[in-house]
Amino acid sequence: MTKQQEELAWRVGGPQGSGVDTAAGIFQRACAIGGLHVYGRREYYSNIKGRHSYYDVRVAHHPITSHRESVDLLTTFEAESLVRHAMAVVPGGAIIYNTKTEDTPLDRIIFLDARLREDLKAYLESHGLPLTSKGLLEDARKRGVQTYSVPYEEITKALAERLSIPKGIADRTLNTLAVAVSAALLDFPAEYIIRGLKKIFKGKEKVINLNVEAVNLAYEYVRANFDTEDFQFRMDVSKTPVKRLLLNGNQAVALGKLAGGLTMQTYYPISPATDESVFLEAHSTFPLRNGQQGSVVVVQTEDELSAIGMAAGAALTGARVATATSGPGLSLMTEALGWAGINEVPVVVTNYMRGGPSTGMPTRTDQGDLLFAIHGGHGEFPRIVISSGDLEEAFYDAARALNYAERYQMPVIHLVDKALSSTTATVDIFDLSRVQIERGVLAEPVEDANGTPPFPRFKVTESGISPRPFHGQPGHTHWLTGAEHTEIGRVTEDPVTREAMMEKRMRKFQTACEEIPEEEKFRVYGDPEAPFTIIAWGSTKGAVLDAMERLAQEGIKTRFIHVRMLWPFPAKPMKPYLETAKPLVLAELTYTGQLAHLLRESACRDTDYMVLKYSGRPFSGEALYDAFKKILSGEAEPRIIVRNPME
Amino acid sequence: MAVATKGKITPKTYKTQFPVDWCPGCGDYGILNALQQALAKLQIPRHLVAVVGGIGCSGKAQYHVNAYGVHTLHGRPLTYATGIRLANPNMHVIVVSGDGDSMAIGAGHFVGAGRRNTNITHLMFNNEVYGLTKGQAGPTLPLGLRTKSLPEPNMNGAVNPLMMAMTVGYTWIGRGYAYDVRRLVDLIMQAIEHPGSSFLDILQPCPTYNDLHTQEWFSGKDLGRPRIYDLQKEGYDPVIPPGADEATVDAKLLKFIEKAHEWGDRIPTGVFLVNKNVSSYEERLQQRIPNYFEAPPAQRPVMDEKGVTLTDLSPIFDELAMD
Repeated sequence: MTKQQEELAWRVGGPQGSGVDTAAGIFQRACAIGGLHVYGRREYYSNIKGRHSYYDVRVAHHPITSHRESVDLLTTFEAESLVRHAMAVVPGGAIIYNTKTEDTPLDRIIFLDARLREDLKAYLESHGLPLTSKGLLEDARKRGVQTYSVPYEEITKALAERLSIPKGIADRTLNTLAVAVSAALLDFPAEYIIRGLKKIFKGKEKVINLNVEAVNLAYEYVRANFDTEDFQFRMDVSKTPVKRLLLNGNQAVALGKLAGGLTMQTYYPISPATDESVFLEAHSTFPLRNGQQGSVVVVQTEDELSAIGMAAGAALTGARVATATSGPGLSLMTEALGWAGINEVPVVVTNYMRGGPSTGMPTRTDQGDLLFAIHGGHGEFPRIVISSGDLEEAFYDAARALNYAERYQMPVIHLVDKALSSTTATVDIFDLSRVQIERGVLAEPVEDANGTPPFPRFKVTESGISPRPFHGQPGHTHWLTGAEHTEIGRVTEDPVTREAMMEKRMRKFQTACEEIPEEEKFRVYGDPEAPFTIIAWGSTKGAVLDAMERLAQEGIKTRFIHVRMLWPFPAKPMKPYLETAKPLVLAELTYTGQLAHLLRESACRDTDYMVLKYSGRPFSGEALYDAFKKILSGEAEPRIIVRNPME
Repeated sequence: MAVATKGKITPKTYKTQFPVDWCPGCGDYGILNALQQALAKLQIPRHLVAVVGGIGCSGKAQYHVNAYGVHTLHGRPLTYATGIRLANPNMHVIVVSGDGDSMAIGAGHFVGAGRRNTNITHLMFNNEVYGLTKGQAGPTLPLGLRTKSLPEPNMNGAVNPLMMAMTVGYTWIGRGYAYDVRRLVDLIMQAIEHPGSSFLDILQPCPTYNDLHTQEWFSGKDLGRPRIYDLQKEGYDPVIPPGADEATVDAKLLKFIEKAHEWGDRIPTGVFLVNKNVSSYEERLQQRIPNYFEAPPAQRPVMDEKGVTLTDLSPIFDELAMD
């Protein structure tokens, strides 16, 4: 029996370079244009062409905050995706596969990781199934999954004939066919798929025409050949569509920076940060509300040492400046962070966290940079570290980071995990009237600069914050130095001056603690009185909220502290929650549970349980639900490791 | 905007009253002096000057110039300098850096600066040693030489700074001598006025640690004539004019290479290369951002009188909106 779904978990896979992202992009756009909420999760190898990538698109009539591990509809056009994901499809769901991959031996799929291949073979062997894709298809059918064999090559042949084009060109639509076949099975109106592909191929008339025909052929084929009675899922557009943005984390941060008055960005290419800077570069000029032209100077540097140095130099002139990098780049930047710290230079570093240490896993997600972001760099100097939980937070946080940097005259590190950077989702259009720009305390202009004494850039004040001069301003000349210095920036080793300067800098940290509102430091979700307390930071937020909702449906009350400012750590305002937490459960994508270190260090409170995952893949709501249930049952160990060998 | 300095700018405008802690007799005094004179001769108001130093005796020069001084990290002054310059192209940015700072730890940034051809003046205080850490071999000390504080002769080959500068793209290349202050003033002025990346290799004998290439050696006491001579006095024309054809360029570069390799008993100083055929990074930015010079990153308006952002993202939202 078929039924309209409130939500659907759709997955497409394929070798990188074969249009998997485009396929997902078409499907996401089609759904978003139809007024549906869309949440996309992209998994890919550190590779340009050939290795496997897959894309989950979760679609719903209500807002969604995370992906799902279980798949309702898997669409593939080659063997590797079929073999990797067949087992993730739920009973009643469906697998679309290329007829010619019906019986591909696992040994012939060259990029399949050896460990995974052996695990799949062992499973098939133990069930008496052939060690091929056929075995996995049979296994799926036994579980109640519908399977649809699609002769892609016949369809592209028909396409070539219909349009009088070479078959080689027609073959480029395999990815679009995969999308269209899946949409046809869902009874999703073809019109929206076509509008989706028109958006993605904007301006390329020939490509659009080709793909539109491909969509038509796909729908014709499905209508003529497939009995979809036993496939339970249908998806329809919204009756009340709302215009939303569809964008990913890199774009949200870039836009937030532009909204926040960024005038310069430096960067060195590194996954998964590069796309943010490339997006900024592509939008170097934009309108300002006063009719003038706005701009952002984007500089690709020769390395990360240069990126941070250039950013700090630019900040001296009064530019609002940031750089974006990932773990290995942040490691290189630590010396310069200290320089910015001792010279009280406002600079924002967006750190996209990926699997570490060292080269680690460049395209997989992780939260292992937390303690490093807070403590990295020799000596002691104040900095602020914040992290965003979803796309909307990422936008406003990026703007806010620039304000913190200038208000407190220190480096600000904005942590965004890879999962969030590559999450593409629908969001309500951002409201720029909410974005305030703060320049902090600035030095008063000087009328007659003739013979002025050096300016006290580091004037000792009660708040610790000194009026800040800009290079180029008359009467404000002073020195800056990485060495300990006097108020005018001359080197000193005098013990009293040194003490005064250290105290002044650290006082700024205290001032930041006192001034920044609680809601920018953490937010509490769920039932504020519930003793079962989850604590987490970054984009694990979405999966935690999903899990909490499922528990709430079972009558289980929970609350969730989502930490947004990691440093200064908001121990004091968090205290009432920590004291009444029973249990206190951390969910984090690390091995050591770094937030637990912070809790011990700053709040003298240990976590009771830690739910950890360090495979380079994000938490799903389902996995966290299982972990929380285990804890509630009283049978859980203090450390629960979440694993999924098939991701 | 307020007029920064009333009356004439003199070298005194750029002097500070703080004690200088270089060794007596150090060539750095001559270089500092020449820089202050050059800035004064060019009548540049001191609030439009940023002197950016690396780490070493050379980097300390910025403490003694009464302008915006920035003492950065070892090897990195070019990066900070570039940030200052690109964010505010009204600034005259001078980098003071040693041979160690520029040619070893800073070599990567030296390449980057050449490729960008930003209007920055790179003064390299070349003394063949790491003076401030007590005299280790610097990147311009030839293989096998042993200056007084080396326990063993130098194990590394030397770089040729002039060749390096040319290869990576500096469009003004010269060499001066710390004890010929008059000529140095003129060279620094030309370097500052050149609208692209300028590199001035300044031979700066270190009286404390370099007992081989001393002031006496450069003056050629043993030869009966100075080792140093001036290229321009011998009629050398360093200019590659705008629109020069390939043959002209090749001929100039060949002459440059010849002179860049001259050392020993005849050491050329003066202007070696002036390439007028390369756009500056600032010009390239202006191609992309038409009002870059009028509204550079340091100065473009970002908020209205209520502090609300001026940025209008509606065209980008139109791109990203799904309807």
